[in-house]
Amino acid sequence: MAHDTHVHVRSQAEFEYVKKKRAEEMRGHLATFAIMIFLTLIAFTMVAAGFSVYLIVPIILLLAGIQVVLQLYYFMHMSGKGHGMIAFFMFSGMFVAFITVLTFVTIIWW
Amino acid sequence: MSSIAQKKGFGATIWDFMTTVDHKKIAILYLMSGGFFFLVGGIEAMLIRIQLVKAGNDFLSAGTFNEVITMHGTTMIFLASMPILLAFMNAVMPLQIGARDVAFPFLNSLGFWLFFFGGIFLNLSWFMGGAPDAGWTNYASLALASEGHGIDFYTLGLTISGFGTLIAGINFLVTIINMRAPGMTYMRMPLFTWTTFVASALILLAFPPLTVGLFFMVFDRLFGASFFAVEMGGNTIIWEHLFWIFGHPEVYILILPAFGIFSEIFAIFSRKRLFGYTALVFATILIGFYGFMVWAHHMFTVGLGPTANAVFALATMIIAVPTGIKIFNWLLTIWGGNISFSVPMIYAVAFIPTFVAGGVTGVMQAIAPLDYQLHDSYFIVAHFHYVIVGGVVLAILAGTHLYWPKMFGTMLSEKLGKWTFWFFFLGFHLTFFIQHFLGLMGMPRRVYTFGADQGWDLFNAISSSGAILMATGVIILLVNVVMTIVKNERIGNDPWGDGRTLEWAIPSPPPFYNFAQTPLVRGLDTYWIEKMDGNKKGMIFAEPLGDIHMPNGSIIPFVISLGMFIASFGALYFMDGKPWALAVLIGGLTLMFASMLVRSLKDDLGFHITKAELLEDAKGGNTDGH
Ligand code: HEM
Ligand SMILES: [Cu+2]
Repeated sequence: MAHDTHVHVRSQAEFEYVKKKRAEEMRGHLATFAIMIFLTLIAFTMVAAGFSVYLIVPIILLLAGIQVVLQLYYFMHMSGKGHGMIAFFMFSGMFVAFITVLTFVTIIWW
Repeated sequence: MSSIAQKKGFGATIWDFMTTVDHKKIAILYLMSGGFFFLVGGIEAMLIRIQLVKAGNDFLSAGTFNEVITMHGTTMIFLASMPILLAFMNAVMPLQIGARDVAFPFLNSLGFWLFFFGGIFLNLSWFMGGAPDAGWTNYASLALASEGHGIDFYTLGLTISGFGTLIAGINFLVTIINMRAPGMTYMRMPLFTWTTFVASALILLAFPPLTVGLFFMVFDRLFGASFFAVEMGGNTIIWEHLFWIFGHPEVYILILPAFGIFSEIFAIFSRKRLFGYTALVFATILIGFYGFMVWAHHMFTVGLGPTANAVFALATMIIAVPTGIKIFNWLLTIWGGNISFSVPMIYAVAFIPTFVAGGVTGVMQAIAPLDYQLHDSYFIVAHFHYVIVGGVVLAILAGTHLYWPKMFGTMLSEKLGKWTFWFFFLGFHLTFFIQHFLGLMGMPRRVYTFGADQGWDLFNAISSSGAILMATGVIILLVNVVMTIVKNERIGNDPWGDGRTLEWAIPSPPPFYNFAQTPLVRGLDTYWIEKMDGNKKGMIFAEPLGDIHMPNGSIIPFVISLGMFIASFGALYFMDGKPWALAVLIGGLTLMFASMLVRSLKDDLGFHITKAELLEDAKGGNTDGH
């Protein structure tokens, strides 16, 4: 197959475009990072403030879920192109795991 | 093909197969070992039917009977049906998507050898103190109480072969996602490739729960844990859940590829494009999803409570809808087609009413209150044989006839094929139809004998006589295979004359690199489109002729699997306090990890087939190996 390697030189316009993209991405990273710190703070504060466990546990689980999604989409680039199949399989797996845990909790351990 | 001209010694051929990473040769390995286990499972089936031929028979003792039914079910599901389907997937799917091999040829070989050693390990139980006897479902209360090492052979053997299957599933997923030829969009993939894809996804998601369950079971039995031991605070129902979370998707892992094979057959032998291709694809995906939401229909009588039973009953009935969609699509594919009743088509046509019958009894069992009557009776035995034999095994027999020419370059006899079909098909209905009524008359499944006053004599005798017909059919098939191999009449690219997909555009068997030039796909039924356009080459090429990079063969997969096999004996005898057990365990694991290390540290860059060699091949030179 192709043995001749193409050396690609970026034009000025392309260069500008890439730079702008990167800057945008960086802003996304920083914003999510700030949000994640904030969510973590909420979690710690709740525990420190001594709210009821029945309030704390579900909220922490919810915050954890949000953190996972942010992590996947902003830091592990799942929002990028060509990740559809990966997302599909990950969500299918989570879905199956969720149903399993749900049944175990509701009909075995309840 | 001049491949036969180049005779290899026997030893060299064996070595070639032990080290091969070529998907077509691995397919042959899967077919041969799956076929072997199919015969073993078949002999076990005959023993069961001999024992039950008359009331109060003492041909098998109660204990042996339990071993035989357990090994029959386990062998047929894990060691016969699945591997034979994996054989077809390996042989055909890469060709259908225009690929030179699967994504990870080394892993492909590893997957096969793990399955093979797992299967051998399981069957060695017969000679090493008794086979497992808790049923193929291995319910924990029975399994933990079972004496001897039978259950340990089951858990360890299935763990090993399960790894192999998981590896194969992941490999096929990556192959289909990444290795499709240019133009082969998802919605242009042949249906067999689609069903391979969804079945592989099911393998990916369903095998881990089984592995977890087996691990718990191994630890309970061999290392004193108590996950399932009620008296120690464990819970025996958890095994049932884990098993069926795997088990129900498993039946779809079996039936979806079977649907794929039949979809190909209906299109080829009706000389028509599949009716409702899109609907068939989406029905396949939907079945895959629903497959994970229904497992508790195997546990209605456990006492899950009315809410859980109602939810799972409803979900189970919904799954029949996409299955029904498929049936109608196949019927409409045949409708108005220019039908040729070759052997594969006969199987396909016979499959429809048979499978519908199995589906209907399935929906009956899905009605939870009714299932309290049917559960654990011969009605269940009839149901799952209608879907598994009437669906999966008919597809395997049909697929053997359909793809034999592509895999071996010779054609099975049509005449003997028809004899096999009639014996097998009539024998099947004779054996299993009447079992519905035995179930309704109250005969429980898994009983080793029954009394003369229970009124089940006649129907059991009829059932057993049907089994003889089925066995005759299988023997005729074996004769057919031997005669075909001996005659060795070579055939061309498209022996059925109406091939529609890419595998029929290349020689039978294909050269080891499959496609000298990667094809360009212009639509569904790629090869058919080119034929209709009068393209003599059978395809358009997506690239100029050039060097091809190929992987080297390797013995390492074999050695890794052998290491696991040896280690399992150590784990198994560890409980008995045998002094050498620990040494064997460690020795086996060392062999396994050492060979993995070798693989990781030693770069294997493969080799190139040069353009000159390809040109030589095109003139009819060597096409079979190097
Ligand atoms: C229309 C679709 C289907 C429905 C609604 C259905 C429903 C059921 C139900 C409710 C049971 C449990 C009965 C009991 O134990 O009381 C069952 C058992 C079984 N089914 Fe199906 N089924 C369907 C299709 C299939 C297919 C396609 C296969 C395999 C290819 C299959 C294989 C089995 C097996 C092996 C068992 C028995 C397992 C055991 O207890 O050993 N079924 N089915
Ligand atoms: Cu099921």
